[in-house]
Amino acid sequence: MGTLNPNAYLVSNLYAKDIKKVKTRDGYGKGLVKAGEKNKNVVVLCADLSESTRSEWFQKKFPDRFVEIGVAEQNMASLASGMSAAGKIAFISSYAVFSPGRNNEQIRTTISYNSWGSKPGKEINVKIAGAHAGISVGPDGATHQALEDVGLMRLQPGMTVIVPCDDNECEKATVAAAETPGPFYLRFGRADYPSITTEKTPFKVGRIEEFRSGKDCTIIANGPLVYEALTAAKKLEKEIDCQVLNCHTVKPLDGATLLKAVQKTGCVVTAEEHQWQGGLAGAVAEFLGENYPVPIKRVGVKDRFGESGTPDELFKVFGLTSDDIVKAVRAAVKMKKK
Amino acid sequence: MVEIKPIKKVTDIKKLKLLANQIRQDLIEALVSAGSGHTAGPLGMADVFTALYFNVAKHNPKYPFWEERDRVVLSNGHICPVIYSTMANVGYFPRKELKTLRHFGTRLQGHPHRSSLPGLETTSGPLGSGLSQASGMAYAFRMDNKKNRVFCLMSDGEQEAGQTWEAALFAGKNKLRNLTAFIDRNNIQIDGHTEDIMPLEPLADKYRSFNWHVIEIDANNIKAVIDACNEAATIYEKPTLIIAHNIPGKGVSFMENDHEWHGKPPTAEQAKVALAELRVWRENIMKNRD
Repeated sequence: MGTLNPNAYLVSNLYAKDIKKVKTRDGYGKGLVKAGEKNKNVVVLCADLSESTRSEWFQKKFPDRFVEIGVAEQNMASLASGMSAAGKIAFISSYAVFSPGRNNEQIRTTISYNSWGSKPGKEINVKIAGAHAGISVGPDGATHQALEDVGLMRLQPGMTVIVPCDDNECEKATVAAAETPGPFYLRFGRADYPSITTEKTPFKVGRIEEFRSGKDCTIIANGPLVYEALTAAKKLEKEIDCQVLNCHTVKPLDGATLLKAVQKTGCVVTAEEHQWQGGLAGAVAEFLGENYPVPIKRVGVKDRFGESGTPDELFKVFGLTSDDIVKAVRAAVKMKKK
Repeated sequence: MVEIKPIKKVTDIKKLKLLANQIRQDLIEALVSAGSGHTAGPLGMADVFTALYFNVAKHNPKYPFWEERDRVVLSNGHICPVIYSTMANVGYFPRKELKTLRHFGTRLQGHPHRSSLPGLETTSGPLGSGLSQASGMAYAFRMDNKKNRVFCLMSDGEQEAGQTWEAALFAGKNKLRNLTAFIDRNNIQIDGHTEDIMPLEPLADKYRSFNWHVIEIDANNIKAVIDACNEAATIYEKPTLIIAHNIPGKGVSFMENDHEWHGKPPTAEQAKVALAELRVWRENIMKNRD
């Protein structure tokens, strides 16, 4: 029977009702300050959303290195590219629907392609933070619920795409983004999510972490769905032995770890707060289809726009809860037996 | 550590005119070899590029990554034949490489790609993002109390793009005195004349109202270009816009002022005629009769 990985150092009250819930973006705010303390070339740009993206935490500490752009995400992306070309490491903060949504072409031309093929040290170091992504932005409605952003960013050569599972991981990802050359996309939602990792939980850009071992089915998740996946694994404990992988880095995908996992379990469920095509599901299905075809079931938003509601309501309506993962696991295992 | 020095400025106007003439001839040959690309814009802006690379900008082609260099940001990437031809003539790469323009494996991509060619400061083509990038550079240099100047070259057509004005607002707000932008004001774009497609006038007033210092010049007059850049350096409180009025296709009679030449290259036959005209012009410069 599989168990939680002791080397993942998850919180001890993982399955308790009183597990602490924290905004993932708080990790972004803390990470920015940490990155700013480590390197004086770190600057933060924001498009009129400094409080809600937590860029404000950096602004308070380093007012001279904070740049207010106003409601102009296209300008923000290219401006950051220019600042990077002049030696800065530029974080750009907004909501994911605006950045990388509205400014997608600017990111493509002036950040990703501009960096592509650069000599070491000459990369374009722009780190895009897409806040309020997914449906957990809730009452704001579908215009503000970015569900395609991971797909957009994953299609740009040279872009590293990270979807942290909680605030602690977001902080680590932010610091790592500052320290790793080239363009990055960091993506996080708005709501309070269970804070499941700790300071000691390992994090490395581009590496899948096994949070729970299991032999019957691999659940690979990112963002808040990692917690849902762990909960699903617990619910299925006596029925199906589930492995849970935290795939925070969607690109570059850690194919080696994924391959090793499915060679053992023989089926996969992907889980993410994103359209069920193009994001994590797309990355996993493409990789396994080519290298080791196994049954795959996808938990995600099924090719539709969102709507207003509380995050909990919407997670249920759109099929993103642990119960939905349970159903998907059963279906995947059934397919395997055929 | 080698002490890097900028290249010596060419101050003799006759010499600069001859250089601009050579740059025009070379870009015609490059376009013929390419078989596609833009002709009128590069010919019209050859004098501005000559002034920038041979007189105004602080740079050294031997050290394209020199930290103290001024930055020339080409926003309207489609006129890249002129930046390539100028860079070759000032020594960034051999002139014979110009004939690889747009061919497979070339460093001279159809629209400029920064990492392909040392000395290119940015990647461009999709219009409207160069002023943002230049503003970002200027802002970063000022944060660090660095003296680098940033020159941004834009087309007039790309003034139709909203992002240009986002950047204009930012540069005006932040009084980016180290930023000098040019608008290649040749009044043509692919579908016709700018004032028919989407009127831009009063263009100077628009920028002035965004808190820019604006200078209007005859940009086919090299001395006027140099003077305007020198004036821009004296303006302390504002970024400067130089509206570079020029004749598209300048130097080749059948291309001048014809928007049909915006987006196509000459055939080999047409190039022969064009080069002959440019050589006559050269002779006239030599005899001080241009």
